[in-house]
Amino acid sequence: MIPRCFLVVAVVLAARAGAAADPTPQLVAVIAAKSVVKIYGAGGLRGLEAYQSGIILSPDGRIATALSTVLDAEGIDCVLDDGRRFEATLVGVDPRRELAVLSIDATDLPAAVPAAGRAAAGTRVLAVSNLFGVAVGDERASVQRGVIAAVAPLEARRGAADAPYTGTVYVLDFTTNNPGSPGGALVDARGRLLGMIGKELRASASGIWLNYALPVDEVLAGCAAVVEGRAGMTTAAAAPPFDLGLLGIVLVPDLLDRTPPFVETLLPESAAARAGLAADDLVIAVGGRAVGSRAAAERAVGAIAAGDPVRLSVIRAGTVVDIDLGPRPAVADAALPPETAP
Amino acid sequence: MNRDVAHLGWRSGLGGLLAAVVIVATARATGVDVDPDVLAAQQARIEAIRRATPAAVSIFAGESGGGSGVLLTPDGYAATNFHVVQSAGPAVTCGLADGGLYDAVVVGVDPTGDLAVIRLLGRDDFPVAELADSDRVQVGDECFTIGNPFLLGTDLRPSVSAGIVSGVHRYQFPAGTILEYTDCIQVDAAINPGNSGGGLFDAAGRLIGINGRASFEKRGRVNVGAGYAISANQVRNFLGPLRAGRLCDHATLGATVATAVDGRVVVSDILESSDAWRRGLRYDDELVSLAGRPVRTVNAFKNVLGILPAGWQVPLVIRRDGRRRDLLVRLQAVHTPAKLAALAGGAPAEPRSGGGEPEVPAAVRAVYERRAGFANHHFNVVERDRVAAGLAALRDSLPDGPWILAGQIAAGGEFRIELADATALIDLPTGTSTLADDDAFDRQPLPPGSGGLLPALVLWRRLVVAGPAAVGQTIFWGTAPRDPATFTAGATGELVDVLESAVAGVVARFGVDAAGRVVWIDLWAAADGDPCEVRLRWPDGDAAGGMPAAIDARYGGEPFATLLLDAPAAGEASR
Repeated sequence: MIPRCFLVVAVVLAARAGAAADPTPQLVAVIAAKSVVKIYGAGGLRGLEAYQSGIILSPDGRIATALSTVLDAEGIDCVLDDGRRFEATLVGVDPRRELAVLSIDATDLPAAVPAAGRAAAGTRVLAVSNLFGVAVGDERASVQRGVIAAVAPLEARRGAADAPYTGTVYVLDFTTNNPGSPGGALVDARGRLLGMIGKELRASASGIWLNYALPVDEVLAGCAAVVEGRAGMTTAAAAPPFDLGLLGIVLVPDLLDRTPPFVETLLPESAAARAGLAADDLVIAVGGRAVGSRAAAERAVGAIAAGDPVRLSVIRAGTVVDIDLGPRPAVADAALPPETAP
Repeated sequence: MNRDVAHLGWRSGLGGLLAAVVIVATARATGVDVDPDVLAAQQARIEAIRRATPAAVSIFAGESGGGSGVLLTPDGYAATNFHVVQSAGPAVTCGLADGGLYDAVVVGVDPTGDLAVIRLLGRDDFPVAELADSDRVQVGDECFTIGNPFLLGTDLRPSVSAGIVSGVHRYQFPAGTILEYTDCIQVDAAINPGNSGGGLFDAAGRLIGINGRASFEKRGRVNVGAGYAISANQVRNFLGPLRAGRLCDHATLGATVATAVDGRVVVSDILESSDAWRRGLRYDDELVSLAGRPVRTVNAFKNVLGILPAGWQVPLVIRRDGRRRDLLVRLQAVHTPAKLAALAGGAPAEPRSGGGEPEVPAAVRAVYERRAGFANHHFNVVERDRVAAGLAALRDSLPDGPWILAGQIAAGGEFRIELADATALIDLPTGTSTLADDDAFDRQPLPPGSGGLLPALVLWRRLVVAGPAAVGQTIFWGTAPRDPATFTAGATGELVDVLESAVAGVVARFGVDAAGRVVWIDLWAAADGDPCEVRLRWPDGDAAGGMPAAIDARYGGEPFATLLLDAPAAGEASR
């Protein structure tokens, strides 16, 4: 095809022009997108997309992507930039880096060229991913532009659980981490791979959605570990999830299939006690959403992010009482019950 | 899939979100050495924003919110989104960056394509945006939006947000059958509620699209780096019917397509009542191109179809049994007129349910006329009169009294046509046909086999000699390709004005070029059949007027005759 030949020539010319002249952003966008694949797997339920992105790491079909529920599928499909569709094999996962390695049966693929070393804050970058699943078939992945805002350790959580990876990430000043974006490529002004776009996470401290990418050295180390079978040994102990106990609430024992979430007792001096919750209150809603069982109440509370308001509705003596417990504290800040405090 | 792709009409009730990315371009000398290229690029960006900003419109629609728009003509025609004016009634208030506040009236709406045209009143020297060829836009191009996000433009200072083009030729599914974004431009420049209808500009400050949609999800109704703009080339295609004050409809081939196992795009279903079927399109035919655009995926097919108005005739190339076939197909409307009017919902032409008709504000009463099938019939009269004036300008070059057209038939033999006020005659080697009065137009479309060449020529003479009023009920239909057989869907496909007349049981459409010459006539003797397609070929050269050099007639996809006219004898043409 003529356009492709032209492109190759253009790349060569750009490379020969010397280190000073960067290729045009249009050319970088095209080159970067060639190494990004659209991945389709499990999902499609509310809040869980069935698609994400991946990066071709080797011409013979090794692909890095984010570890997610999308990969919990019998068949994982990868669609290349040129529209070719392949069924992928899951080579393995690195749960600590939340990274997975796929393999497709292909050759001469346009693998991403990794950048040498880490980029600094202030570096201008492009993010290339199939955000929102906008592109299908041979349609090119979406390209966004921004700046690395910080190079910092990741302190983030998803729902109530801390993200397992706590190493260094590129924090980005633009909205890269959208549905479908995880596994996409972060490239520099010359199109070299700087990192892999991570999942949709919120900062532990502020509850704000994070835009970040896993640095390419971590991506490559993770892939090497997966291929060598070393990954999975380093999973960090999961941080304790946020639960009712951290608010000072003790519900009746969970004995039935759907135990009604009655308050058994309150820990003295706890947030719940101060807010006016009382023993024998029946919790009927968390944050305005009905909860029909003790388990549902625990799940609903567990899903509240740090900094978001905690609001309970209870039935007390036949009337509904709304109780506002204020913003949800971070796990470390939560008032621990006196008897378990050090 | 929780994919909440939302439209951006900003309603005043949704307050509380106050964040806007305003890139204030400043290149200030700070004593730091800055690469001259950087300073030059910055200066170019400042210039582009300066050039584009005067045409930016902040639209305020009272209770129903507001949005943005962009001026296209010095006499105040501006593009915006359908969903911005959908519930606004016939009038909105518009602010410009120069601090001026103007009344504006809704002209035309396109619910499916989410476009609308409004006209700002009170000036004939409005600043305008330069419409670019959006097919030249590339991923990675610099771009910027100017608009009224979160209705911040109450100070009449539009907001500017910069970014790059993230994707081109994107397809975004409709909500039902409306608000479908086809062939749109995806950008990472911030597009927020209230940016709807505003301009997307390229690095030179030229208009490449109309912003109107963004992907939103769990982060709330604010930009997350994926906004979509209707392409400038789609706007260009729909400006005609929009300026006509019509409720515009989008097109369907009358066939659905699917991707075959081997990746080809093939016809998976087809209506036998469609023009495409009559032109020979069949199940399993492979689509190669439509309106000059390659069709390699289903999305590519939807993309090109979505930028073409209903009723246009465009080339379709298919492959069957390995052989290429060139068809010329007429696109039909997606909706019935009643359905379209219902979808236009709050559009001003339709009375509100229950409470009677809404009050027309005094500011626009003189430029607003309610009529079924139209958003604002007033502008149809304006456009019809404009085309009529172009026709009238050539009247002096026409023969007085009956017209005698004679010459050779390309396939052999001679012809003679006589067109008078009450009677008409065509003399062909195959026989002579006469029309004594209009009532015969549809009963026996003459000459036999032509589908109605003689009535088409009769109506042509009446139109150019006596104006639209002489050919029955005549509206300005919009614009359509000058030459459907060679039309390509881009910025270069030439469009002509189209008048549509209904008289004596037939419907005729006349393509009128910028010089005021009728270049084609399509005449339907039966509503659901094929029209007689008459193409008038005019002599080369600047001199407009007089008689065409040749007349081609086709019917049912087959040529009927090509008539080569004798040059008029001296003095005959302008007695």
